[in-house]
Amino acid sequence: MSSTTHTSTIGAIGAPSRRNTELALLAFAVVIPLFAYMNVGLALDGKVPTGMLGYGLGLGLLAGVGHIVVRKFAAYADPLLLPLATLLNGLGLVIIWRLDQSEKLRQRKNFVEAAPDQLLYSAIGVALFVGVLLLLKDHRVLQRYTYISMVGALILLLLPLVPGLGMNVFGAKIWIRVGGFSIQPGEFAKIVIAIFFAGYLMVKRDALALASRRFMGLYLPRGRDLGPIVVVWAMSILILVFETDLGTSLLFFGMFVVMLYVATERTSWIVFGLLMSAFGAVGVATFEPHVQQRVDAWLNPFAPETIAQTDQIAQSLMAFGSGGVLGTGLGQGNSDLIGFAANSDFILATFGEEMGLAGVMAILLIYGLIVERGVRTALAARDPFGKLLAIGLSGAFAIQVFVVSGGVMGLIPLTGMTMPFLAYGGSSVIANWALIGILIRISDTARRPAPSPAPNPDAEMTQVVRP
Amino acid sequence: MNKPLRRIAIFCGLLVLALLARDNWLQYVQADSLAKHEKNRRVTIERYAQPRGDIIVDGKPITGSKATPGSDLKYKRTWKDGPMWAPVTGYSSQRIGANQLEYIDDGILTGNDDRLFFRRTLDMLTGEKKEGGNVVTTLNSAAQKAAYNGLKSKGKGAVAAIDPSTGAILALASTPSYDPGSFAGNTNDEAQHFLDLDKNKDKPLVNRALRETYPPGSTFKVVTAAAALEHGLYTDIDSKTDSPLPWTMPNTQTELKNEGPIPCKNATLREALRVSCNTVFGKIGSDLGKDKMLETAKKFGFNSEQFTPVRSNASNFPEDMDKPQTALSSIGQFETATTPLQMAMVTAAIANDGKLMEPYMVSELQARNLDTIEKHSPKEMSEPLSKENAQKVQQMMETVVEKGTGTNAKIPGVTVGGKTGTAQHGVANSKNPYAWFISYAKTDSGSPVAVAVVVEDSDADRGDISGGGLAAPIAKDVMKAVIDSKK
Repeated sequence: MSSTTHTSTIGAIGAPSRRNTELALLAFAVVIPLFAYMNVGLALDGKVPTGMLGYGLGLGLLAGVGHIVVRKFAAYADPLLLPLATLLNGLGLVIIWRLDQSEKLRQRKNFVEAAPDQLLYSAIGVALFVGVLLLLKDHRVLQRYTYISMVGALILLLLPLVPGLGMNVFGAKIWIRVGGFSIQPGEFAKIVIAIFFAGYLMVKRDALALASRRFMGLYLPRGRDLGPIVVVWAMSILILVFETDLGTSLLFFGMFVVMLYVATERTSWIVFGLLMSAFGAVGVATFEPHVQQRVDAWLNPFAPETIAQTDQIAQSLMAFGSGGVLGTGLGQGNSDLIGFAANSDFILATFGEEMGLAGVMAILLIYGLIVERGVRTALAARDPFGKLLAIGLSGAFAIQVFVVSGGVMGLIPLTGMTMPFLAYGGSSVIANWALIGILIRISDTARRPAPSPAPNPDAEMTQVVRP
Repeated sequence: MNKPLRRIAIFCGLLVLALLARDNWLQYVQADSLAKHEKNRRVTIERYAQPRGDIIVDGKPITGSKATPGSDLKYKRTWKDGPMWAPVTGYSSQRIGANQLEYIDDGILTGNDDRLFFRRTLDMLTGEKKEGGNVVTTLNSAAQKAAYNGLKSKGKGAVAAIDPSTGAILALASTPSYDPGSFAGNTNDEAQHFLDLDKNKDKPLVNRALRETYPPGSTFKVVTAAAALEHGLYTDIDSKTDSPLPWTMPNTQTELKNEGPIPCKNATLREALRVSCNTVFGKIGSDLGKDKMLETAKKFGFNSEQFTPVRSNASNFPEDMDKPQTALSSIGQFETATTPLQMAMVTAAIANDGKLMEPYMVSELQARNLDTIEKHSPKEMSEPLSKENAQKVQQMMETVVEKGTGTNAKIPGVTVGGKTGTAQHGVANSKNPYAWFISYAKTDSGSPVAVAVVVEDSDADRGDISGGGLAAPIAKDVMKAVIDSKK
């Protein structure tokens, strides 16, 4: 299968490790946010911010630890993933700190400075990243936990519905509170469920792909193979209905369709997937006022009825518009007008206003590059489980980025999800560092030079015995 | 598995492409309309991010700006003597908006005016902050103070004073007034305060000098006198007119009455104005007919709005009326209604030997560094009466002050001409009448000031209300203030 196809420039044999490239890129990934931090300080107070040294050292330390662990335990890993994630995380920290300084947000009740928290979460995230690389010597080990993963994912997803544990935050029940921390289990479920799908589909892919009847140009699957799909579909609908979380249900379903398609190579699955998601979405939208509101707000962000409920979308669009092509400059915009969630779901709007079209395009391309490296890892992976897991994780990442930034920019209805790495939020940062860790592990396995072939006795010279 | 993987890669690429396209649409194509959207608070934030330019009187600012901590709107407007200057400046409120000069010259005051574009661009390059320019007015603070204090002691009313030779407005007062500083900010209290002012039955927000029209009463007789001279009905102000007493208005059985037993039978024009004969001037109006009266009234500025640059309401001389109505209109009754500014213009035209200058109150617009952006040059608006006739009316008006109803306006060593008016109003004249006084002062070097005063609904007893008693002292103080400040 994979070893015989010419899939990528990452050859199976003799790939250079590229660790020094990674180190050089990491230097940029630390220096760029550092300059951004200084820029914000100069714009807001007219002087270099006092925390600059500490911030620089902190970010440098996180990047350094990540790099050393990768060098030691995943020497052949993709060299781009770690620097890109570090850069996004660093820029996110700067913008969160910048919004912390906003007079308007400080006047909100329950205001707490978010940047120190986020720095702590980033450290935990990198620790988890290190943990993944240390503990997970080979990603195929995860295959063993297919069904445990399924149970785990279901538990994680249902946790917010447990009375006393779940919290209803602004109409979406996607949070749980443990001790002093609030956690979004959906972020972790994203990874766990990708492991389940990869394990399940690897086993069932032949049945799903081949045991089907041809009908009007489409391969209709057998009823018993359709089962898991219907289960996932129902699950995402249930999340939508009970947790009113459009984003997560879209994410799971999208991820499942992508992995199903890759596993079976049957276009008919995509058609079914789209049909079912359309059916589900329209069905839920008809009954669920929360979803209807979001659609209305998307269609008419400036309508008086919309503004009366929430002006967040309108504020976000105006922040983007006011930024224009080059932006107002870091620290010089007014994106704090967005108010609640300015530093989490809507953080891209601040980039839009203060760094302009140029800045947002750069951010989007960085996300695009991460996804591209993930897909490349999937192409290069030598085992179907690794391929499926890699494409599942990078697909989920891509869908999340699209859904969040599309929502914030008014391309699609808004859903409550966070921009990976940029947005404030512990669960998101930690889970996404784990995701990058797993991708790096798979890419290391994929790029590692194949062991040199054992000496072949047949290759020895044949002795010719002459009479 | 690699073929679908490649397709997924393309799909992810398309997702990113869609986001990039949308971003370009938002931040390039739609950027301008979103940035200037009416709901975009950034427009307001930017507008109040720097101190506003000032309105200048006598070389000194009568406005200022104050930093407002704890608000995203950094500076708000302040006024010195707000109630006194409100009819000149108008208000500029972060919540309510602006009016009058604050509104009309907003571009200069905020620094957004296109004429400041070059300077703004230079400032941007040199890192200077954007600054608003100044509006230099023609007002005279001594005259304004005299007008405002005089009115305040009498209750409600208005004063307009003009320099006859240029049309420059010297005083513009209105009472009761309001302090524009009391709602300059953005708080709910301030908004409520504005609503209270707006609902107040005394209408403190109305600029009475420019926007309120009153029946002019007998002060209108100077217009009628001018019309009689201009149209050749009478040529000599000291020869007898053809004025029977009692006089019954044409086509009616109604006699036009005078205020008391005054000598109006065949009185001369000078005498008729001195004692304020209704019969004489009523008959003049009816003899001239509405067309000739209207022609003169219009030349004085009636029936059209004036822009100083603040707009004033159009005063009204009726266009459609029969003979008795013409007679009534000619003594300032029926539907004749005028703003104080209009009566000041009438007086100014007479004092300026017949030439009516366009009234204005902004002499100059300046950039922050005092460079002139725009300068007003006096313009002649019309010539309602000839020089000879103007001087004849002047003589008549001077007689009024010398030994007539306007003796309260006498200023030692200065020639003063004037005319009183007591305008009945309300159903069957039930309300307290308006007390009017129009006058001008003359020195050796011409006439520096013409003024119109109206005091409405005074608390004084009805019998005590007269133009000479209530309004003339205010006019005198204003004229004196102008003359003293020229010394």
